[in-house]
Amino acid sequence: MLSQKTKDTLLGPLNANNPVVVQILGICSALAVTVQLKPALVMGIAVTIIVAMSNVIVSLLRNTIPMRVRIIVQLVVVAALVTLVSEVLKAFAYDVAMQLSVYLGLIITNCILMGRLEAFAMTNNAWDSFLDGLGNGLGYAIILVIVAFVRELLGSGQLLGFQVIPQWCYDHGYENCGMMLMPAMALILVGCVIWVHRSINDEKK
Amino acid sequence: MKLNTNSNLYTFIYSAVMVIIVAVLLAVVSQALAPKQQANILLDKQKQILGALKVDYSAGDPAEIYLALVNDTLVYADAEGAKTEVYVANLNGETKYILPLSGKGLWGGIGGYLALDADKNTIYGVNFNHESETPGLGAKIVEMPFREQFEGKHIRNAAGEVVSVAVLKAGKHADGQEQVDAISGATITSSGVSTMLEVNLAEYAEFLKCENEKMSKCENEGKEE
Repeated sequence: MLSQKTKDTLLGPLNANNPVVVQILGICSALAVTVQLKPALVMGIAVTIIVAMSNVIVSLLRNTIPMRVRIIVQLVVVAALVTLVSEVLKAFAYDVAMQLSVYLGLIITNCILMGRLEAFAMTNNAWDSFLDGLGNGLGYAIILVIVAFVRELLGSGQLLGFQVIPQWCYDHGYENCGMMLMPAMALILVGCVIWVHRSINDEKK
Repeated sequence: MKLNTNSNLYTFIYSAVMVIIVAVLLAVVSQALAPKQQANILLDKQKQILGALKVDYSAGDPAEIYLALVNDTLVYADAEGAKTEVYVANLNGETKYILPLSGKGLWGGIGGYLALDADKNTIYGVNFNHESETPGLGAKIVEMPFREQFEGKHIRNAAGEVVSVAVLKAGKHADGQEQVDAISGATITSSGVSTMLEVNLAEYAEFLKCENEKMSKCENEGKEE
């Protein structure tokens, strides 16, 4: 159904060309919103939507954009979309918007967006750019979810806010790992993910 | 004709048109969604006040429950004209006062609502919120185990002076005021809550200056809205 090129565009960023663990982009927000699973999921979805939409818009405009101000044009497109998403969330999902607070606005500064716009959308057609944006957003979301899963489970014994580590563990001396709640542990976990990812992918070659 | 997309004129016009389109789009969306966002903010505030009053609103419409309970707002202005608002609720025939709080935590603002009994001394319940405290540590101020500690504490000392309630590490002891346990691992957020209570209660001096006995006289002073 999908051609090889389309497949590579959509699925490549999920693994072999993952924006976070291979290109090391978007690390800042990966550290900030991964303490719990829920904000990480919402952030992943928000970034996916925004990358895909801004990719499409910039791709449609790519032949009209003056080269000298192209970065500014890209930035305006991204900023407008982020503002739209944040306004809509505030109107229809107030709790989530409050939870993401400042990080929602900071999607603008996520390197994945500018990276994909500059590297892909400026030279490819709208449909491919859409798939590329979708793939990269999901690739980012996967890493966020993996890191947030480990941090929330070990850091507060919960998943999505529900207690999963039973009380008797605590009664027998188990304690939540407070370190997991610190941003530094997120960086170390991302490092571990990169380690595992590299060793698997090297074996394939 | 092929447009020269690199000419200065083209660049200027392109930028100007782009900015205008985006500005109009965002302005329209912002205007269209503003009422809904305002309603959300108000509903959030009402839910938090109900939380401070320990009213379970999961079964019904929080806005309706709120309107049925909270029937008055007292507004006080101090010498500099700074206004403080106190909400008056009627809960099962008893008067409760709700004082909005705001202060600073570790990473950002914290706030909350303090519900006092009619004696303007005993804490009936509290509710806290925060912008960006660390989940699992500072963010625990919104959870019941921390909030429950405040219930039944007194904000006045034996002499009737307003001294607030201290949030202190277990084992430490406050002189001349009542205390609750801080959250371990969240020292700065905990002391932020302590400071918030102290500073905000000072701002409500006008409301708190007369105790229960002289209540009728004081009520008239607050301009009702």
